[in-house]
Order: sequence, then structure tokens, then C-alpha cells
Amino acid sequence: MSLPTPDTGHLRRAEYSTVYEPAEDTYLLLDALENDRAELQAQRPTICVEIGSGSGCVSAFLGRVLSPHGALILSTDINPAANNATRETVAKTPSESTFGQCRTRFVQGIDDRLRGRIDVLLFNPPYVVTPSAEVDSTIEAAAWAGGVRGREVLDLLIPQVPALLSPGGRFYVVVIEQNKPEEIIAQFAELGLAGQRVLSRRAGIESLSILRFTKPCL
Amino acid sequence: MRLLTHNMLKCHVKNCTDPDKQYPLRFKDVQIEQIEYEPNEEFLVRMLPRIDWSALVKTAKDLNIGIPGSMPEDPASDQDFLQKLHTIIMETHITEGSMVCDGCSHEYKITKGIANMLLAEHEI
Repeated sequence: MSLPTPDTGHLRRAEYSTVYEPAEDTYLLLDALENDRAELQAQRPTICVEIGSGSGCVSAFLGRVLSPHGALILSTDINPAANNATRETVAKTPSESTFGQCRTRFVQGIDDRLRGRIDVLLFNPPYVVTPSAEVDSTIEAAAWAGGVRGREVLDLLIPQVPALLSPGGRFYVVVIEQNKPEEIIAQFAELGLAGQRVLSRRAGIESLSILRFTKPCL
Repeated sequence: MRLLTHNMLKCHVKNCTDPDKQYPLRFKDVQIEQIEYEPNEEFLVRMLPRIDWSALVKTAKDLNIGIPGSMPEDPASDQDFLQKLHTIIMETHITEGSMVCDGCSHEYKITKGIANMLLAEHEI
């Protein structure tokens, strides 16, 4: 990878003990964004949103990918420690973008104003297959516990994505094989968004992929 | 939190649906900090159509920040306007306080510059 990974060394501090540390899934999403760098720059995004930003590694990296152009990159997370970690990570990462953090679930509270205006939407959801009861059971579990088929959280977002994206807007999401990526792609096709698997990698027991969906231009 | 980010926030309490009252959220007991940045005019011009101008004017007036009442005809070539816009939406940060919805009176807290838009289950 030619672009440096954002420094998240501050996550070792006790105040960030509940924040998900960048791991293979995070790095795969960074690689997918970097692979698309030329296209993303040509798209010239103005508003980008990362849902569940955790450490802020992905939001900060997106700023780097878009440089020398600037965008507004809004990062949401339900965990206030993650909001703060994200702010610290983006502050350490040089880019031309403007960053904002908001404590919320998905895009609640910004969805109305940003409907049809999000040029790049990113989500590394809690995708691990767990009993339903584990979803949101603790602030730490909220970062990884995905419930039945690891889809319970992602499935809440999917129907909202087409309306949130601007014409030509893109949605990147991290999945594992148990989430049934082909089924997700078919679901989006029904909603009018074409999508594909753009990158896959095996990491331990996880078979990770990045799916990318694009809203048709007007 | 920049005023640019505030411009994107709207009350999302269930049954709070009066569009004239749930947006923009009104600042209450806020601390304001000005932080200087190098203006990026190209970005400002791209962002301008996505800003709700009347909400921004209302918010700036509430905070006693001077703002042009209307947008110039050709904002992209109006240096003065872009500099003012930059100062308002990019350099003005709210660090503490809250935002109140005039429709349902819900108060959203701002802590260390981060707005809490989370609602309890029964409010969604």
C-alpha cells in the first residue's frame, strides 16, 4: 500500500478501551478505497459519511485518498469514546478534508438533510454471527456482534442506502462469507443499485470481502 | 462542532414532524471557539448548494455572528463572500452546550465539540 495507514496509537489509552482497534477487516476496506483512488478523485465527493467509525482509521484514510481535494467527512458512532478516538485520529492524519463527528446510530439526525447528498458512504458493520441477544449487549459487542447470519445490523441500513446516496454516489461495506454477500448484492439490485465484490481476503477464520454499490447517475 | 456540521442536524424524535420547528436546532448556553484554517475556496463552492442557507442565517443571527442575508448571484467569484462563509461554517466551533428543538423541546447535548443525536428507544 502506498498511502500510509493512519496512526491510531492513541487507542492504547484506557479511555479508548471500548473502541474497536483497526484489524484485517479495517485494512481490507482501506485497500479497496486506495484501489479506487483514481475513480474516487474523479467523482470529486463533497459529502462523505462513515457509519460506526470506531477508531476513525477509515474516515482519516478516506481524507488521504481524496487529497489534494477536500470533502466534508462525517463520522458517526454510538460510542462516545469512538467519537473522540475518531477526532484524534483524523486530527493526526494530514488531508485536505474537513471532518465532523456525531454520536448517533447509523445516520439518525443527519439522514433527512443528507438524503440524496451523500457521495461516499462507508460501513464496516458488526458482522460476526452471534445470538441475537448479543447485538448491542455491551458497547464493545456493538462493534462486532451481528446477530443471525451477522446481518441484523446491516439489514437495518440496507433499505435506506439508495435514498441517502447522491446520483453516482457509492456505498462500501465490509462483509464475511456467512453474511451471504451474493444475497446482499441481489437485495441491492432489487433496490436499483448495482454492486459487486471488489476485494476479498482470508484472515484467520474470517473470509472477508468488500462490496461496492453505486447509485446510477441522473 | 463546526456550524457546517450543525447545518446537517435535524430533530428526529418520533412524532416531531413540524418542518418549520424541527430544523435548524437552536443553540442554547453554548461555548464558541474560533479556530483559523486556510480557506479552500473550491470546496466551499462545491459545498454551497448543499447548505441550507436560511437555516445558516437563522443560526448565525442567534449567535450574533454577522452573515450576508442572501447569497450573492455569483458566489464562486465573490472572494469577500467566500471568506465570510469560511469564517462562519468552517472556523466557528461549538465546544459545549446544547441544541434545542423548537418543535418538541428535545435537548441534544454537545460535549467536547461532539453532538449527541442518540435518542432513547421510546423517542425513536
